[in-house]
Amino acid sequence: MGSFRREKEEEEDGPSNAYQNLEKTSVLQETRTFNETPVNARKCIHILTKILYLINQGEQLVAREATDCFFAMTKLFQSKDVVLRRMVYLGIKELSSIAEDVIIVTSSLTKDMTGKEDLYRAAAIRALCSITDHTMLQAVERYMKQCIVDKNAAVSCAALVSSLRLASTAGDVVKRWANEAQEAMNSDNIMVQYHALGLLYHIRKSDRLAVSKLVNKLTRGSLKSPYAACMLIRIACKLVEEEDIPSEELSDSPLFTFIESCLRHKSEMVIYEAAHAIVNLKNTNPRMLSPAFSILQLFCSSPKATLRFAAVRTLNKVAMTHPAAVTTCNLDLEGLITDSNRSVATLAITTLLKTGAESSVERLMKQISTFVAEISDEFKVVVVQAISALCTKYPRKHTVLMNFLSSMLREEGGLEYKTSIVDTIITIIEENADAKESGLSHLCEFIEDCEHVSLAVRILHLLGKEGPFAATPSKYIRFIYNRVILESPIVRAAAVTALAQFGASCPALQGNILVLLGRCQMDPDDEVRDRATYYLNILNSEKPEIYKDYIIERENCSLALLEKALVEHLNGQLDSRFDISTIPKAAIVKAEISNDVMLVTNSAPRPPKITREEESAARLAQLPGIQVFGPIHRSTASIQLTESETEYTVQCIKHIFAQHVVFQFDCLNTLSDQFLENVRVELTLPEGYSAHGIIPCPKLPYNELQTTYAIVEFPPDAGSSLATFGATLRFVVKDCDPNTGEPDSEEGYDDEYMLEDLEITVADQVQKTKKNNFQVAWDAADSEEWLQAEDTFVLSAVTTLQDAVNSIIKILGLGPANLSEKVPEGTHIHTLLCSGSFRGGIEVLVRAKLALSEGVTLNLTVRSTDQDVAEVITAAIG
Amino acid sequence: MDGFMMDIIKGMCIMDNDGNRILAKYYDKNILSTLKEQKAFEKNLFNKTHRSNTEIIMLDGLTCVYKSNVDLFFYVMGSAYENELILLSVLNCLYDSISLILKKNVEKRLVLENLEIIMLAFDEICDGGIILDADPSSVVKRVDLRNDDIPIAEQTVAQVLQSAREQLKWSILK
Repeated sequence: MGSFRREKEEEEDGPSNAYQNLEKTSVLQETRTFNETPVNARKCIHILTKILYLINQGEQLVAREATDCFFAMTKLFQSKDVVLRRMVYLGIKELSSIAEDVIIVTSSLTKDMTGKEDLYRAAAIRALCSITDHTMLQAVERYMKQCIVDKNAAVSCAALVSSLRLASTAGDVVKRWANEAQEAMNSDNIMVQYHALGLLYHIRKSDRLAVSKLVNKLTRGSLKSPYAACMLIRIACKLVEEEDIPSEELSDSPLFTFIESCLRHKSEMVIYEAAHAIVNLKNTNPRMLSPAFSILQLFCSSPKATLRFAAVRTLNKVAMTHPAAVTTCNLDLEGLITDSNRSVATLAITTLLKTGAESSVERLMKQISTFVAEISDEFKVVVVQAISALCTKYPRKHTVLMNFLSSMLREEGGLEYKTSIVDTIITIIEENADAKESGLSHLCEFIEDCEHVSLAVRILHLLGKEGPFAATPSKYIRFIYNRVILESPIVRAAAVTALAQFGASCPALQGNILVLLGRCQMDPDDEVRDRATYYLNILNSEKPEIYKDYIIERENCSLALLEKALVEHLNGQLDSRFDISTIPKAAIVKAEISNDVMLVTNSAPRPPKITREEESAARLAQLPGIQVFGPIHRSTASIQLTESETEYTVQCIKHIFAQHVVFQFDCLNTLSDQFLENVRVELTLPEGYSAHGIIPCPKLPYNELQTTYAIVEFPPDAGSSLATFGATLRFVVKDCDPNTGEPDSEEGYDDEYMLEDLEITVADQVQKTKKNNFQVAWDAADSEEWLQAEDTFVLSAVTTLQDAVNSIIKILGLGPANLSEKVPEGTHIHTLLCSGSFRGGIEVLVRAKLALSEGVTLNLTVRSTDQDVAEVITAAIG
Repeated sequence: MDGFMMDIIKGMCIMDNDGNRILAKYYDKNILSTLKEQKAFEKNLFNKTHRSNTEIIMLDGLTCVYKSNVDLFFYVMGSAYENELILLSVLNCLYDSISLILKKNVEKRLVLENLEIIMLAFDEICDGGIILDADPSSVVKRVDLRNDDIPIAEQTVAQVLQSAREQLKWSILK
């Protein structure tokens, strides 16, 4: 039957499908026909179509072939056949990027563009602009201006769209066409209106005032084109967000009134755009939101799948920001759970999961499990993310969710999908102590039959970290040792490390572990044997204090910076010892559970996670004399030193070194008629600090981000390092031509600009560390070398323990340990444990006992190897 | 919402009922720029859509609206943040234009026979990602230029009436 069908099909297609089995070379041969006179239009159209078809199928032409073909095509301008001419334009556009000397057709195209035949003109403009470059543009500028305001809509559209394309390469020329675009704006044709708005906005977009004028004018009249209206809504939203209008004023703002009025537009696409815009605005209140949500609710029950999809996608996105409003749509969302479009169904369920009450979790999970096998991996990931969010919200539901996740884990699925499940389980384990045991055993089961090496290694690492502290550590050892027998070398090595963790942390199991590690020494793989030998020797030493440093708490330095520091060390004086403690720690990367659970899983690989320190180290390395400061300790997040809407904007990043601080000022000049030179920031230094140098920025043209640095040395005692700096931006101004950016004259004048004050705080000077086992470190610090400072405070500004914990962590900049940053509900006392390293690599351990009474009473104990530092830390709270 | 907000269409595509590309255009240099990626995407897209006719799907970070008829599948792709209804309006325009060009007989054989006109229609609907026109009748007016060649005697009654009506309209407008 099948073969019969195929035969029949071939019979049918046979004569008509001239596009099957085309050969590139033979088709290109056929272009010779183009040279015949008179031109056989029908035949040439057919050949051209074949060439374009081949290109469209992905056939690559080399420059020579393309050029030959292009020149053959130029002969076809002789023919008067309309379709042929149009196909030639299409061919020009396709080949213009590959062929050489394409500008040869400029005059033919210009002729067509200015001719009488309307059917040629529009297409000729677009073809012309695909071959025109910056220099040629001057010649056709006059025609372009005329075409923009042409009364033929197609011509006008073509000119406007081409101008938009040209604007990316020849912005300054296109800018001069604003008046024409403005005139086209008044056209009756909806597409002309849309394209004119696009061009006008593009010309003016860097000038906020002009954009705002444009929008104000247009919002008053009613735009006929739905596309233009959608675009205007987007521009209006951008203005609203930039102006950051507070919510009480927003409802009266003309911009918002316009967006709201679009909810009553007659085109559905504009109504949706407006509703989507409103629910995504920042400063809204429930009264403003409700009409938009009613619209979305209405769309949920539309017969059109696209409308339902649009509505539920929008609801899903804002489920976290406006849970209450989304809940009002719950009934409609429930109706969509069984939607025939699986994308709609998945979005509906995950939205419900995000907003749903604790009681409905079980029911929804059951619903999902009925169709989870049918949906694509991408949507499964969305479901997993929703479950992950749910676990954080309802920790008590962990058994249901954990069981669900583990059943998902057993099903078929790609690496990305499995990774997201494992990630979620790990997050649950880390956040919820009750779920630890069951989570670990699910993961143990999973690695018994896991094809993904990377996941197996991660899970083994986790088992090594968490397993020894579980109720019965011994039960995990079997799972881990199975891996040593069965898996690939990478997994075996990870398993050996995990075993050693048990040996170091559980004295009772140490004997057994030693036996197992002994067997691993026979392993055929080098790495596995090496690890086994290493751990065996340490464990055989029977000195628990060295277990801590060499097995349990492995320093996780930032590798990039460690390498750099080692290279510097080797190049410098080799008589001093290399001090590893000065290397910044690798960032504690905490996977952010993105609230906007988009369905987008970008196929592009995510950029590797690099810490701010690694990033700035590369940048700062170019500064002269920076090496003597030693490795960088910490870079702070950037802060604004100016309002965002001023002539010059300056942002500051503080790079902290052992004895120095480098202020990095990123400056932006927002005045198009000024050219700044010798830009630098002068600091008023507080007592104790001494200036070390300034690296000015020689030139600061309009709209280019440039950087200047100021280097300052810390005072010798840590106590006086907390201080405030005054800052002034100084520079030489030269007036310049806004279009070219060239200064008008050599003469300039000095000017200055006040910046906001800068502060150096304790948190700036502290790098977070994460202790896997805080108690061991704390006890070990109870020795001669360590110093202790203790103080008691009453924090009156905060009312809950969680707030107090958050603010302590923020002020001190330390990394919390043992999940102590989360205060369990309903308690009155809590202990926060955290650690970090002060600049210069001085370790700091903090134990904060909190008790809730009138305010919050805090007993702070700081252990550090430096007395000054311990005092600074305690003083920072006061 | 990058660039100048006008690059709405990321791609348009027509496939046959075996998932082979008949025509496809991708407009964003950063998305699906190589043939290999495009083919993989099309294969995936076709597998996910050819059985269920549910109008819209999210795939590889793109929103795809689609429509099928007899042995053809029509797709329009936009970014995941794009207004789905705008994409749908473009899809409808693409489909309706082709339907008008082929006199309602939307099938593979006729599409291939009239491929040059279909190519022109693609070009008139979307220029490098910007929606050029979304009204099928005006698209068809600009691309379906063949009628002029047919002598009066060979035109159908409807065509004669149509052209007479057009001429009358223009004479009144002038």
